Amino acid sequence: MNTISETRQKSLLYLENVSVSFDGFKALNSLSFVVEPGELRAIIGPNGAGKTTMMDIITGKTRPDTGTVLFEDTIDLTRQDEADIAQLGIGRKFQKPTVFESHTVWDNLELALNRSRGVFATLFYTLSPEDKARIEEILETIRMIHRKDEYAANLSHGQKQWLEIGMLLAQEPKLLLVDEPVAGMTDAETAETAVLLKEIAKTRSVVVVEHDMGFIRELGVKVTCLAEGSVLAEGSIDFVSNDPKVIENYLGR
Amino acid sequence: MISGFVFRALEGRIVAAVGILLAIGILVPALNLLTPPDSALHIPTYVMSLFGKYLCYALLALALDLVWGYCGILSLGHGAFFALGGYAMGMYLMRQIGSRGVYGNPILPDFMVFLNWKELPWFWYGFDWFVFAMVMVLVVPGLLAFVFGWFAFRSRVNGVYLSIITQAMTYALLLAFFRNDMGFGGNNGLTDFKDILGFSVQADGTRAVLFFMSALMLSLCLILASAIVRSKFGKVLVGVRDAESRVRFLGFRVENIKLFTFVVSAMMAGIAGALFVPQVGIINPGEFAPANSIEVVVWTAVGGRGTLIGPIIGAILVNGGKSFFTGAFPEIWLFALGGLFIAVTLFLPKGIVGTIQHGFKARKALKAAAEAEKGRGGTETVAQAQAAE
Ligand SMILES: Nc1ncnc2c1ncn2[C@@H]1O[C@H](COP(=O)(O)OP(=O)(O)OP(=O)(O)O)[C@@H](O)[C@H]1O
Ligand SMILES: [Mg+2]
Repeated sequence: MNTISETRQKSLLYLENVSVSFDGFKALNSLSFVVEPGELRAIIGPNGAGKTTMMDIITGKTRPDTGTVLFEDTIDLTRQDEADIAQLGIGRKFQKPTVFESHTVWDNLELALNRSRGVFATLFYTLSPEDKARIEEILETIRMIHRKDEYAANLSHGQKQWLEIGMLLAQEPKLLLVDEPVAGMTDAETAETAVLLKEIAKTRSVVVVEHDMGFIRELGVKVTCLAEGSVLAEGSIDFVSNDPKVIENYLGR
Repeated sequence: MISGFVFRALEGRIVAAVGILLAIGILVPALNLLTPPDSALHIPTYVMSLFGKYLCYALLALALDLVWGYCGILSLGHGAFFALGGYAMGMYLMRQIGSRGVYGNPILPDFMVFLNWKELPWFWYGFDWFVFAMVMVLVVPGLLAFVFGWFAFRSRVNGVYLSIITQAMTYALLLAFFRNDMGFGGNNGLTDFKDILGFSVQADGTRAVLFFMSALMLSLCLILASAIVRSKFGKVLVGVRDAESRVRFLGFRVENIKLFTFVVSAMMAGIAGALFVPQVGIINPGEFAPANSIEVVVWTAVGGRGTLIGPIIGAILVNGGKSFFTGAFPEIWLFALGGLFIAVTLFLPKGIVGTIQHGFKARKALKAAAEAEKGRGGTETVAQAQAAE
């Protein structure tokens, strides 16, 4: 009991015994999972393990059947909707890159910027010098300054992934959930993305879901392996990848 | 802040469109009033009122485009907002008849006397006062849109389901307004209008002013729509249309965004209806017919949804065609309309204006490519021109 309350004291994100089923199929099966403030965490696991479903639960897209989901120890995320949760400071990158294709790179970032999001605030919004500087700074970070006027529809797959990460930065979240950021990227892009995520994780917590073991190795952080909706193993990449259960369920396949 | 909002709206194409609309709004009445009837330049009053009707339809199409073209809400019930605005105006016009009706009752409109009603129903109070009636032109459609949208958007009804319930909404109103005991004149509706603000609705001068007002209101709503679309809010709207869940996960309240746009659009439709009624001289429940709302979708699609000028052009062209066809070959109009819709969907999915814009950008891209080939380093512009498509 004591240990649990201690973990709860300092956790940024706290999931305990979370279960959810779709038509009788248990996508998450009493999953427990904790993220510390400032932590960069990698999640691996076979297809259908429930990785994306876990993100759906955290961001309010899916409601768990049972279990506890707390943000900053006190806020019950199961009672909030997507917009509330985003405003609390949880940003999310989708598995399939989702940017606003008919807007320019710049506009995509402007929309994501952490400013008042009400109807009238946006109607009468004018770009302030600070906001301009902030967008330019993000463009530098995601290395897209030269493409700022390009329509997002014309970006390559990898660039869309980066733009979406940039949008999350603009949102200034405390916790960033990143679903398969390097899927479809070249090796060079993958390596750059690892550097970028490590950079981002210096100022906030990041949870990355990825299948690419090389990428996970490059991140060099604590790894959680999910399978069939619950945690199979947790620890360093070497520890997890030598776990017989992980080999049997995931790596060996 | 506000000035920035308005200033943004006044982009080249919009200024040009407003200029043309206002020029038409002045020129047509001038040709009607100032030229003798036998002059080649004379525009007869019935033609002016016919064009005035097209302008009202154009405003209705613009209203629909705001929710459909920019926010992705395919409303198949915008005719209801138009009709409600029309009824509000019709009620004012009925009260202006006073004791000049067939039964000579100074308070009750003829149909109420006919139904043996003894006193004016409460919801008719105030409609003898022009300002009140004009406020109702906005409030009644706006309120319906608010209540409808509140439930629909909060429970995240989307796509086809939303379209179907908007049809159901206008159909329910059609049935309700057909009933005599609703107090809106049953299937005859409201007609036999005499005066508006003390001027005869039949008089050329009044018709001229109504025509000008139609052009003016269309221009103002075009500027408002442009200001909305070009603001950050407008960018969010397009975001909702293209990737609704992304907008939610960025922390925007999508239901409020949709609700605001839907209400503004319904009010525009109400204004259109209010200007329509005195120019055609009648409002009846037929305006709620589901097919009417679907026609608005056709106009908008033909002109080009997601462009502000497109729906205006579409509404005027299709209705001009309708007037011609129903005069010349009344049997085939519906087939022509259906065929037009299919042709546009298949061959011009962006509509007339959308296709022209697309072609214009493609030409720019071609030019840029030619420049680049000549080795003048136009690669950046090629990319930009392609991007702009
Ligand atoms: N909304 C839903 N309705 C029905 N079943 C769902 C839904 N969402 C997820 N599932 C099912 O839950 C299981 C877990 O899916 P999830 O997307 O979380 O897996 P994942 O670990 O992200 O897999 P991948 O590596 O392929 O992305 C899958 O079997 C999936 O089919
Ligand atoms: Mg997944």
